[in-house]
Amino acid sequence: MPKIRYILGQIGAFTLFALGLAYFSNSPSYTYHDPEMALIMVSFSHASKHVKECRRFTPEEIAAMAPNMRRPMDCPRERLPVHVEVIMDGNILLSKSYNPTGLSKDGSASVYESIPVKPGQHQIVAKLRDSHRQDGFDYESNVSFSLNPRELFVIDFREELGGFYYQ
Amino acid sequence: MLALKRILRTGFEYVEDWFDIVFGAKWNPFYQLGALGWFYYWIVVISGIYLYIFFDTGVTQAYKSLEYLTHEQWYAGGIMRSLHRYASDALVVMMMVHLLREFAMDRFRSSRWFAWFTGVPMLWLVFTAGISGYWMVWDQLAQYIAIATAELFDSLPFFGESIARNFLSDEKLSGRFFTLMVFMHIALPLFLLFIMWIHIQRHASPKVNPPKGLAIGTFSMLLILSFIKPAQSQPPADLNIVPATVNLDWFYMPLYPVLNDVSGITVWIALVGATALLMMMPWMPPGKRAPVAVINLDNCNGCSRCAVDCPFSAISMEPRSDGKVYKQEPVVDASHCPSCGICVGSCPTATPFKRRIEQSAGIELPTDAIKELKEKTIKASDNLTGNSRIIVYGCQHSMDPAEIVDTELGVVTMPCIGMLPLTFIDFILSKKLADGVFLTGCRDGDCYFRQGIKWTEERIVGERDPRLRKGVMKERLGTYWAGLTRREEFFKELTAFHMHLNKLASVQTENGDNSTESSEKVDA
Repeated sequence: MPKIRYILGQIGAFTLFALGLAYFSNSPSYTYHDPEMALIMVSFSHASKHVKECRRFTPEEIAAMAPNMRRPMDCPRERLPVHVEVIMDGNILLSKSYNPTGLSKDGSASVYESIPVKPGQHQIVAKLRDSHRQDGFDYESNVSFSLNPRELFVIDFREELGGFYYQ
Repeated sequence: MLALKRILRTGFEYVEDWFDIVFGAKWNPFYQLGALGWFYYWIVVISGIYLYIFFDTGVTQAYKSLEYLTHEQWYAGGIMRSLHRYASDALVVMMMVHLLREFAMDRFRSSRWFAWFTGVPMLWLVFTAGISGYWMVWDQLAQYIAIATAELFDSLPFFGESIARNFLSDEKLSGRFFTLMVFMHIALPLFLLFIMWIHIQRHASPKVNPPKGLAIGTFSMLLILSFIKPAQSQPPADLNIVPATVNLDWFYMPLYPVLNDVSGITVWIALVGATALLMMMPWMPPGKRAPVAVINLDNCNGCSRCAVDCPFSAISMEPRSDGKVYKQEPVVDASHCPSCGICVGSCPTATPFKRRIEQSAGIELPTDAIKELKEKTIKASDNLTGNSRIIVYGCQHSMDPAEIVDTELGVVTMPCIGMLPLTFIDFILSKKLADGVFLTGCRDGDCYFRQGIKWTEERIVGERDPRLRKGVMKERLGTYWAGLTRREEFFKELTAFHMHLNKLASVQTENGDNSTESSEKVDA
């Protein structure tokens, strides 16, 4: 017959353990985003123009190459950074350059930004520069929308669809 | 580091003392952490197989199938889901306490590096398997951890395309994602099982099943908890809405809040750095490795007791190499041997009665040879006087009894009490070096070298070879397994043993024995 202290003690110990499991398996709750705010996500991948244009090799340059390495064009792989600007209701939300990925900097630039904003009606201007130009942007888009608290608004970009699009 | 370990160990021992009172040494969960981990693992696997039968891999079907299990089939699927969750959480608790305890008790150095080293990857596997399970529910918590985890991976420079972009809208999310999650959630625990098996390979008798009573207790706890507070999903995921507030499982996701404030790459550096640090710990200072056991074939008859008793599978029996008539000889694997000396305690040739004291036992520790143990014993008995002279044999991994040395007490310590050949008790009493022998060491059920106390107790009661000779007066032998913290109880037991010996002396006097004569030493 087990001693009473064993029975009571074990019930106590198991109860404490069970309480710990029950509580910490889903409490306390964690707030990672202000529930009163909406969220704008700017997210896309885009391959910008190359740093240097392709040029045709001269016959002398081609002759200097090993026979199995001869090619007509010289196309440097490195790409330019992509510059993105997002203006909401006249205020700049985002103005940042994104470098191309890859060891040779020849991949797409990856943009992934979360920006909490107040809910309500908003006017957004999204701009993107992916070329050598010094001023202005290659793509620009306006959109007007309304956001509820915790609602997500995604600014995406696809060149083949003509530039920015929104979800 | 040493101070931290000492504090941790003392803390553990005080808590474990309470658990000893409540559970007894055999059922104390702190002595069964690894076995409990295994037990929870099997509960997770069995409940997981049941859930898998009903789980539907699809963007909306996943959530619905779990809602069906939780609410409509609450009596079976709901309970299984709750068992799955709570046993997983309990597994994390056991694993982390096990890790901390082995560190505190300094049980990760020397030959024990293997279990420690193979245990570290299990942390990654358990956490990854658990987190992948939460993704499969596809509720708001899953949405949060899916995006946070994808962002964490995106911070690594290896991925060209952002993984987190897959979670920007419901349209972008494919059912293949759930297939991938199911694959991970099955493959990772299987791989974990393989590592768990490797983890225990160097233990001769690993504890993979908790004592029946403890298993029944802990399973009942999980079952009752599953009825009282069944595991529930949070509202379904909707990628157009930010959940904002989630109820994290803090056993698996304590790092997620950090991701909000610290860059992903910093978290990766911290995680990889901590893992590397943990894995390297067995070789970090102060790491002094004692010389391993050595075989003396001249005194070995190949009885194989040392190989059977070694708790670390460090001794194997090989064909005899010295031409003697015996078939086998023991061979010590130095990489497995923790220098505990338990093999010496099991060797029938390890005896102080030999006339040629320079002769060694069949197996010995170079730093604690039988000859030296005999000399230490004789020296400890040298200045003892009175009717209750006691020699205390202690282990070097529990409280140091050296401070109690006085005119009635002599102390001899060794790496593990399991190293003591019980012929020493016979030797002390028959040669009248003392009136009693008292053994102490780690706490019962928690020997530093796993089996030292168990083997010693079995030898005393005659259940294990080499046994304590029947003619030895057991009333002159006392034991108390004190560990580090049970000093007070140790002194009480010792005082009681003193009184007991005095009483025996009085009885002898009354019976006409000459007490002075009984205390005279015989030439040792």
